[in-house]
Amino acid sequence: MARTRLARQQGAGLAFVSPYFLVFAVFGLFPLVYTAWVSMHEWTLLAGKVEFIGLENYRELMVDSAFWRAMVNTFGIFVLATVPQLVVATVLAQMLNTRLRSRTFWRMGVLLPNVASVAAVGIIFGMIFARDYGIANWLLGQIGLDAIDWRAHRWSSWLAIATMVDWRWTGYNALILLAALQSVPKELYEAAKIDGASAWRQFWSITVPMLRPTLIFVTIVATIGGIQLFTEPLLFNPGANAISGGNRGQFQTVAMYLVQEAFTGQRFGYASTIAWVLFLVIALVAAINLLLLRRIRSAD
Amino acid sequence: MSLRTQTGGAADRRDVVAPRAVDELAGSDRGSGPRRRSKVTGASPLMYVALTFVVLLSAAPLYFMLVMASRANSDILGIPPPLLPGDQLASNIDRVFANADVQFGRALLNSLLVAGTATVAVVVSSALAGFAFAKLKFRGSNVLLIVVVATMMVPVQLGLIPLYMLMTKIGLAGGLASVTLPFLVSGFGVFFMRQYALQAIPDELIEAARVDGASTLRIFWSIVFPALRPAAAVLGLLTFMERWNDFLWPYIALDFNHPTVQVALSRLSGGYYTDQALVMAGTLMGTLPLVVVFILFGRQIVGGIMEGGLKS
Repeated sequence: MARTRLARQQGAGLAFVSPYFLVFAVFGLFPLVYTAWVSMHEWTLLAGKVEFIGLENYRELMVDSAFWRAMVNTFGIFVLATVPQLVVATVLAQMLNTRLRSRTFWRMGVLLPNVASVAAVGIIFGMIFARDYGIANWLLGQIGLDAIDWRAHRWSSWLAIATMVDWRWTGYNALILLAALQSVPKELYEAAKIDGASAWRQFWSITVPMLRPTLIFVTIVATIGGIQLFTEPLLFNPGANAISGGNRGQFQTVAMYLVQEAFTGQRFGYASTIAWVLFLVIALVAAINLLLLRRIRSAD
Repeated sequence: MSLRTQTGGAADRRDVVAPRAVDELAGSDRGSGPRRRSKVTGASPLMYVALTFVVLLSAAPLYFMLVMASRANSDILGIPPPLLPGDQLASNIDRVFANADVQFGRALLNSLLVAGTATVAVVVSSALAGFAFAKLKFRGSNVLLIVVVATMMVPVQLGLIPLYMLMTKIGLAGGLASVTLPFLVSGFGVFFMRQYALQAIPDELIEAARVDGASTLRIFWSIVFPALRPAAAVLGLLTFMERWNDFLWPYIALDFNHPTVQVALSRLSGGYYTDQALVMAGTLMGTLPLVVVFILFGRQIVGGIMEGGLKS
């Protein structure tokens, strides 16, 4: 009796998890693995598979200056966006963790930007950072500074794109950090207060260490998102050549270069190489993160 | 992406918190009592000023969108830029819907269809798998759960090219099915549901139903799924918003005649002329449904994110 019941659970368990695994295998895992295969071919959109060339695409990619430019752009924008984002999010989480009236309102308020679609954000900020009639330049004018042609330079376009990313994600990260903050035992703060620790000292000696695992988690999510950055820079400069990220590719990200090679250049094989390298970079970042996390846990 | 769970330890403690927190965010207030009583620093007036500033900054670009969507183009291109809404909103919106290149009305319907289908599918498939992982004993479940967590790391976009080739091969490229099928399941969803099911469903309840002779599927539909409803609501909201806002894959996969809202927006702004009022009216229309959802269910959405962040 017990045996048949267990057998039934075995079947039911596998049956119940199978929809997830079936769909993931077909639309998640297969494409990823197949990307590696395609990347070892001269493979075009129209002609299909032409020949197996092994790691030739990878060799070409390593000396492709457009790829490295896109890589530098991606990481430049990522750093510019992530560092202030996490600092502000941590402070914001601390602020939201005080006893507030109508706390749901404040939490929703900081999350509001995340509700807007990334396409909408790209379009709206594209207009805010317009050269001639944009609000950003008008504000600069109000404080006596010259207008900036945001799209024309590398640093200014990076800054504008990083601003979009920050605007959309800071509140989201603040909420995740807030959730972590709420699991910090209150006694720690009380004890610190009795010992006469200032708010600043409490922040550095209690809040930041307790948040460290969550901070690393938030960093890795931001990294995975940042490495794939696509829509904001694409819609920052709408028009026929949006995919090239400015006239000199000054804000073309790796994801944009991938799509350009695949669908404009029609080079599936080469674009797959870019995708697979991108995946390896993400996996590497994830691995480093896990190692860091392990170290922190064992240090406790 | 649950790093905590992979490294063990902390996960168990989280499990205990999960259902209460989701319940709280799904509307009932019973979970918020202890927290409110707990000793946290009181907020000073300065804190309210600072937070007000942050919230204004959050809302400003959206307000700016409304201002531009409600003005004539001749107003927008001026220095200083207009700071108050005008009276052209209705006519700008009319022009958005009249634009044959963009097919905005159709795009709205498409997005509703795509996001709605994904929402229902993700909720059901995640509930099934989450229940199995939490409450059924089957060989390999531990390994499979680790696989689920690992898949949360794999963004669909990285398989972009083969996915496109696959869709072409099976004759779905260009149509709505191509942007719906890959998102019928979610690793995050499975994990989210498992965490909730662990605590929300007592083993005795399932055991009692079994003694009465109910099949596992029957138990799922009549006992488990109703008990999972608060978590399902949160997961459904998060999924709907994510799918509604998706851009990269629909931008590549969909043909001219099947835009979703986000693709339509990119078309609207990518024209050769700069009709900013028109573009902003479109952006407003594409954002408004989500803002409405957010205002109605903001509490649950905030909670879902805080929950998911802890767990994932």
